[in-house]
Amino acid sequence: MKEPTIVGFLCNWCSYEGADRAGDARLEYPANIRTVRVMCSGRVEPEFVLHAFREGASGVLILGCHPGDCHYKMGNYKARRRISLLKKTLEQLGIEPERVRLDWVAAGEGERFAKVANEMADTIKGLGPLELS
Amino acid sequence: MSVKSSSKSVLVVGAGIAGIQAALDLAELGADVHLLEQTPSIGGRMPQLDKTFPTNDCSICILSPKMSECARHPGITLHICSSLVSVEGTAGDFNCRIKEHARYVDPDKCVGCGVCAEKCPVKVADEFDVELRQRKAIYRYFAQSIPSNYVIDAAHCLQLTKGVCKLCEKACEADAINFKDKDKFIDLNCGAVVLASGIDPHNPIGYGQYGYKAYPNVVTSIEFERMLSASGPQKGHVVRPSDGKEPGRVAFIQCVGSRDLERKHDYCSSVCCMYAIKEAVIAKEHSKGIEPTIFFMDIRAFGKDFDKYYERAESQFGVEFTRARVAKVTPADDGNLRLHFTREYGKRDSEVFDLVVLSVGLEPREDMAELADKVDVKLDEYGFCRAVPFEPLNTVRPGIFACGAANGPKDIPESVMSASGAVAGCARFLALERQEKVSKKEFPEEKDVVGERPRIGVFVCHCGINIAGVVDVKDVAGFAGTLPNVEYTEDVIYACSQDCLDTIKEKIREHNLNRVLVAACTPRTHEPLFRETLREAGLNQYLFEMANIRDQCSWAHMHEPELATAKVKDLVEMGVAKARNLFPLQKLPIEINPKAVVVGGGLSGMIASLAMADAGYEVCLLEKESELGGNLAGIRNTLNGADPRELLHSTILKVEDSKFITVHRNARLQSIEGYIGHFKTTFEVNSQKPEAKSKEPSVEYDHGVVVVATGARESEPAEYLYGKSRRVITQLELEKRIADLPRCKTVVMIQCVGSREGERLYCSRVCCGQAIKNATLMKKMRPGTDVYVLYRDIRTYGLAEKYYGQARDLGVVFERYDLDHKPELEPVDKSDPDSKLKVKLVDFLLDKKIVIEADLVVLSAAMDAPKENEQLAKMLKVPLNKEGFFLEAHMKLRPVDFATDGVFMCGLAHSPKNIDESITQAKAAAARALGVLSRKVIEAEGTVSWVNPDRCTGCGVCVKACAYAAVELKEMTMGSKVVKTVAEVNEALCKGCGACAASCRSGAINLKGFTDDQIFEAVSAITT
Repeated sequence: MKEPTIVGFLCNWCSYEGADRAGDARLEYPANIRTVRVMCSGRVEPEFVLHAFREGASGVLILGCHPGDCHYKMGNYKARRRISLLKKTLEQLGIEPERVRLDWVAAGEGERFAKVANEMADTIKGLGPLELS
Repeated sequence: MSVKSSSKSVLVVGAGIAGIQAALDLAELGADVHLLEQTPSIGGRMPQLDKTFPTNDCSICILSPKMSECARHPGITLHICSSLVSVEGTAGDFNCRIKEHARYVDPDKCVGCGVCAEKCPVKVADEFDVELRQRKAIYRYFAQSIPSNYVIDAAHCLQLTKGVCKLCEKACEADAINFKDKDKFIDLNCGAVVLASGIDPHNPIGYGQYGYKAYPNVVTSIEFERMLSASGPQKGHVVRPSDGKEPGRVAFIQCVGSRDLERKHDYCSSVCCMYAIKEAVIAKEHSKGIEPTIFFMDIRAFGKDFDKYYERAESQFGVEFTRARVAKVTPADDGNLRLHFTREYGKRDSEVFDLVVLSVGLEPREDMAELADKVDVKLDEYGFCRAVPFEPLNTVRPGIFACGAANGPKDIPESVMSASGAVAGCARFLALERQEKVSKKEFPEEKDVVGERPRIGVFVCHCGINIAGVVDVKDVAGFAGTLPNVEYTEDVIYACSQDCLDTIKEKIREHNLNRVLVAACTPRTHEPLFRETLREAGLNQYLFEMANIRDQCSWAHMHEPELATAKVKDLVEMGVAKARNLFPLQKLPIEINPKAVVVGGGLSGMIASLAMADAGYEVCLLEKESELGGNLAGIRNTLNGADPRELLHSTILKVEDSKFITVHRNARLQSIEGYIGHFKTTFEVNSQKPEAKSKEPSVEYDHGVVVVATGARESEPAEYLYGKSRRVITQLELEKRIADLPRCKTVVMIQCVGSREGERLYCSRVCCGQAIKNATLMKKMRPGTDVYVLYRDIRTYGLAEKYYGQARDLGVVFERYDLDHKPELEPVDKSDPDSKLKVKLVDFLLDKKIVIEADLVVLSAAMDAPKENEQLAKMLKVPLNKEGFFLEAHMKLRPVDFATDGVFMCGLAHSPKNIDESITQAKAAAARALGVLSRKVIEAEGTVSWVNPDRCTGCGVCVKACAYAAVELKEMTMGSKVVKTVAEVNEALCKGCGACAASCRSGAINLKGFTDDQIFEAVSAITT
């Protein structure tokens, strides 16, 4: 059976490079992740996440620079606030908040990217595909 | 020294990675560069390599964009198949004569179709593939050659040697063959010359005991590299030459042609340990059945992140490491080979292997002596260019510089650094002015595609077997053709090769494409190349999109080919969806403030400052201490005898004398804001006089670039009784006291204290040389002193190896230890910690515990990145690595740049290195910074925010969301009446993060290049 799809929004400066480095080092993670490059995790609107769910994704991963390291100073903090609010909304909609994960992966952290991707895949596998009624 | 020069031209001899880098950097400064290469293509040795350590980047993939850039750059003229005849004159005014050998193929007519080679009846051993296969007498040097045309090998062509054949002429439809072609002499007036002539791999035929050429299954590392390469003769399938079978056990024999006094090769080639580990890992990746064993003396993993790679090779890939010198190789059954060797503890042993790889060293090019003669520069005892003390890139002839492996064995990043560094040296001999225009290059007028239906071209890259080895690329290309708006689709071997770039342009015209998607590697490295290709084809560069199907797919899912192919299809569909919604964007010109800030006044910071000041740019040098000099102030001697005190004093003097450099000692950095061309640095200078209580006000300084040179420092050891016994000191402490040390009978030095274990999984690189330097000095001052050096691997890489030999000759005793048998220390008199010390360790040769009674124990303590780096990294928005050193934009090819434009680094801030290496890197950083300073304007990205005034309600949330004050509320007026308040984006200040767009409640702000629609469509394209 096909694994449920996870959409990843990766910031250009840290996490996207982190994902590249995971590939560089041939670190494996599940192939059910589809990444979308954004300039900053602060670019990710809650609507992007909802749209991904609406389009059939079972999980959404948002990765940005570590707190304090944002290439745009504060973008990741903005993402953190937005996503924590979004999680509350999701709960009210009956969607498990664990289906959204915001985390930090630095440009040099290929291993961390693979780890987060693997963990997310496990979480979503545990929750099963998202069924929107 | 000031030199009057009227020439803007410079000659670069050799177009390997060093020559290419030097040419590109010089051209960026506005010079007219003549890049001379004797083979039919630029590229040098790198295209022969399969992967590069320690990132396993595909060698040709990372080089290819630079090669194309060289070919495209309007400031660079390529002279291939050429040689240097003579260099007359003096610095600033050299008359260089070069000879362009006849190629017999008109490069303007040749389309590189290869029909000629098919018809050519003559087969010749292929030099590029180290004679593992054959080529024709008319040939292309390698698949991604630049220029991509064919040439005729006059020595073997039947027409040219015997006057019969002309089959190629008949076959060529482009009418490109010209048998009347003649050698041409070209005279160039140049201000400076850069020698980047590179190396030859050692030919191991003299090592009869290893059976090279006698037994087919003994190959050299460069042959093995070609065997591993997807574009090589075996298409990346590792099989034995004797029977075509996949080998099981593969042995690597290190130091073939290196560290060998008998052959006058008593230097270390610096790269072989790492390339052998890489080849072992890659071979293992190609085929799980391969079991590599590396036979070595010391593993010299001294560079940035090398030790981690070494560690991973052992723990993750199961590469076996055997510390033994192989005596001989004899044939065994079935073409196998028996290696006879002596183990470290003295036992003779032998093992059978299926394939033996000789890790051959690097040596000066065969014709180096001839070249040196022509250019009138001196060579050292090994035949490398002899450098001037503390001027590692200068030759003895002013105005002529040497870089890359021409002045000693080097890996790729060091070659790149030395090339950029040589450029800084050239600058003062060239008549350069600040450049008015962004680019000398003229592009065709952009076609207006607004309102046109999207017509997308999709190019799916094989990347040799990097992608195609896992993903069914043809299937993906076919699938792409079924997607709406896709007008053209093709799978290509290397999307970044000049060939393919030309194909893309051709297809854009032929199919009237107005959007292009390339599915290949990562946009981080390759997007600029493809964007420029679009511009050359008359399309706006933002009508380009990339799908990352290698780094984020084929490499990460190499064991799940079907899932990987499915993912690639999705990624392509997502890319097409985004491409469909792309629209043309314009770049905004940014003026460059021609001033620099250098953070850190150690040697690197000072050298970088001087190099920029030399070129006539104002530099503000910030030093947190009360004196300039950094670590150099603590160094008293060097391995080669050059005087570091003299270097320190003369450098400080030059810095203080320079009218372009302002030094701020006791400076405390408060903030660095802004962006390339427009930085503002705020700092505070604490008064040097302790009685002055009042704080000095902060100083603000506007500038265009930043150079980070914050250094590193010797760490404080946490073991071996350091701080507990007065008899235990560090190498730097020894250095200060060495001249007036009380008489010691026995001195023990312990290497790798704090390095290569625990939190610091890196080699501090300088300690082996430092220990040998101090041990030698002690022996020379008092020959009766017994000096022991306890080490894990002696890493006197490069030309420092001979000093290791000298130390041993003087009687310094080297004893190895490993992490399971670390030396133990205890005072002879347990009640007195300052009494003599008993050093206990296991002698591997005798295989028993020994005790040395030491008067003094010297610890080679690890080099630590300063904690303050974290703060600076945050200010500059640049990354650090795990150990706190600054992380460069690309480990191999951008060793002094950051991903953030306008910010550069050098010296110990990057990683541990010695004095000459710091000088080289400092000059490199300066040269890269000069590339920015020497322009009046550059262009900013077109991906900025945009407000739709009809939707904007003027709520002002975006104004608060913007971290750069780029959004303002403006009143829209009609006559004198205020109609509406709306947000407006200042494009020069906008960084394109999209925080405003994400915060907008009414969907009025959008980020160009990453609009809501583009992202929604991409997400919708995902198959779930």
